Amino acid sequence: MKTGFWKSLIGALLLLVGGLANGAEPIKIGSFLTVTGPASFLGDPELKTLQMYVEDLNAQGGVKGRKLELVHYDTGGKAQDAVSFVKRLIQSDKVDLIVGGTTSGDTLAVIQEVEKAGIPLISLAGGVEIVEPVKKWVFKTAHTDRMAAAKIFEDLRKRNLTKIALITGDGGFDKSGREQILKLAPQYGITVVADESYGNKDTDMTAQLTKIRGADTQAIINFGFGQAPAIVTKNIKQLGIALPLYQSHGVASKTFIDLAGDAAEGVRLPAAALVVAEQLPDTDPQKPVLLAYKKRYEAKHGPVSTFGGHAYDGLFIAVGAVQRAGDTDRAKVRDQIEKTQGFIGTAGVFNMSPEDHMGLTLDAFKMVEIRAGGWKIVE
Amino acid sequence: MLDQLFQFLVTGITIGSTYALVGLGFALIYNASDVVNFAQGEFVMLGAMTAIALLAAGLPLPLAAIGATLIAVLVGLLLERFAIEPALGASVVATIIITIGAAIFLRGIAMLLWGKDFHSLPAFSGDTPIRLGGATLLPQSLWVLGVTVALVALVRFFLDRTLLGKALLACSFNRAAAQLVGIDVRAMLRLAYGLSAGLGALAGILVAPITFSSYEAGVMLGLKGFSAAIVGGIGNPMGAVAGGLSLGVLESLGAGLISSGYKDAIAFLFVLMVLFFEPTGLFGHKTAERV
Repeated sequence: MKTGFWKSLIGALLLLVGGLANGAEPIKIGSFLTVTGPASFLGDPELKTLQMYVEDLNAQGGVKGRKLELVHYDTGGKAQDAVSFVKRLIQSDKVDLIVGGTTSGDTLAVIQEVEKAGIPLISLAGGVEIVEPVKKWVFKTAHTDRMAAAKIFEDLRKRNLTKIALITGDGGFDKSGREQILKLAPQYGITVVADESYGNKDTDMTAQLTKIRGADTQAIINFGFGQAPAIVTKNIKQLGIALPLYQSHGVASKTFIDLAGDAAEGVRLPAAALVVAEQLPDTDPQKPVLLAYKKRYEAKHGPVSTFGGHAYDGLFIAVGAVQRAGDTDRAKVRDQIEKTQGFIGTAGVFNMSPEDHMGLTLDAFKMVEIRAGGWKIVE
Repeated sequence: MLDQLFQFLVTGITIGSTYALVGLGFALIYNASDVVNFAQGEFVMLGAMTAIALLAAGLPLPLAAIGATLIAVLVGLLLERFAIEPALGASVVATIIITIGAAIFLRGIAMLLWGKDFHSLPAFSGDTPIRLGGATLLPQSLWVLGVTVALVALVRFFLDRTLLGKALLACSFNRAAAQLVGIDVRAMLRLAYGLSAGLGALAGILVAPITFSSYEAGVMLGLKGFSAAIVGGIGNPMGAVAGGLSLGVLESLGAGLISSGYKDAIAFLFVLMVLFFEPTGLFGHKTAERV
């Protein structure tokens, strides 16, 4: 009789403790980023941003009284690894949602898994194919390559330049950008007179640029990221080509200016507002968000990059959706992500809808020019 | 058109000389030990990154370059002493795997020390391009070419004219016989590693202003240098130089005249063709197994 009483008391206590633990169960955010490998300069600030803000949010008591837990795997930029990590996130880590996919290649590779499992995914990659056509569970925060191409074409039109030479690398970002440029060019009345490519690990592009020098062109567009665009920029100067050079948003970081040095002077590119946060007018609603993120990141890790900003946007869109949904039910969270309206992020103001799983407009990009080793808004 | 062709050649020879320097390092170690040292590319990276770090620490460029080369030589010697020498009796394949491990280790250390960003070294004598008829080249390219020629001549002199160099070559022909006539095989091995680390580091420092460097930069250069060495006939230092130059020129001509997309394919097709028709490489000595 007595032992029975104790047994039931312990049982009740265990239940109570179990119930408490259940109530405080953390919100599990899965992530797979390219922290090493050629795209590491994208994934590295992304991971640092996620870790930093998860810590901050937890210090403030978490979301809906629940702590956040970040489960992260490094894909090294290998799409097949991305797939197995996402499977692991879904099946063994049982995360509530996924923020990640640094590169378009990684993200596109996992979409099938994510759709099958029915788990919200907020990608940080640029490729427009990620959200076009719209996939039920897939969202993204980074500007698309199509927006970058459109922004460059608008600037070309303003300067009355109609003949361009294109030079791109062999990565997913480069190829996707090239496709968008070729597709959009006719709409802006622009002819692509040369279309050259290089390997992203190549160390010299003068052969390709010599061909461009021989072509009848008014401007050069280079779409890529990493060190290759810096080499292209240097090679153009070396060959004495005096045409306007446009780079993509892939090089909107201080590293590019440092690497290309003097050759970077006068290069134009579409960049996220984060790069020129201080130059924005005080009336810009994005300015305080940008400055706050910049200050927070730079206090801990050094110079901020737009890519880390995409992770900030992804995390807070997810957190906002969980808050509105009230719990971590996947379907409810998904619906709430889709209903994100007027969220002011680092990439721009997000207005998502069932037809638009990114929610940014062309205004999110600023056309900037590199002057005296810094960025200058030129629109 | 002629101007373009000339530009392609100038470009090709510049890239080719870096491949040649890396290939030379492969050939030296292969000579001394029959081992392909897959950490050769990492020596290149180490030279460039150390020079950049020393420069940032306030040393003037010439001192930074010399210091970086010496540090790379030291790393080469340490690698030989603590990784290769303990496995002296092991098979060639095992030793090659050790060098792959060493490469990954060195890459990891570099990543921890200098992060994942690309870094650049200022050009030795300015960035103003030099016009040569219709073609242009950077002063740095002249540095690359000039130092390559000087180093190749030095290595050649060392191997052909000095006792030490001849002893190194003797090891490559027959290690047991070399030991029997009193050559210290271990010392030769150390010499080979130190020398090729130094050569690699110099190559890295020379090209860093043109190509930039990062902790991973050695992978690609190592691969191309290795290709140069097998095209030339692995173990033949001058063959490696010829292999590197032809690889560079082919790449550049391929990119310029045919299609930039097939640039690497053309270069590697050339490597395959050479191996197919001349399995010992263009300048490799024909070996015959004696019973």
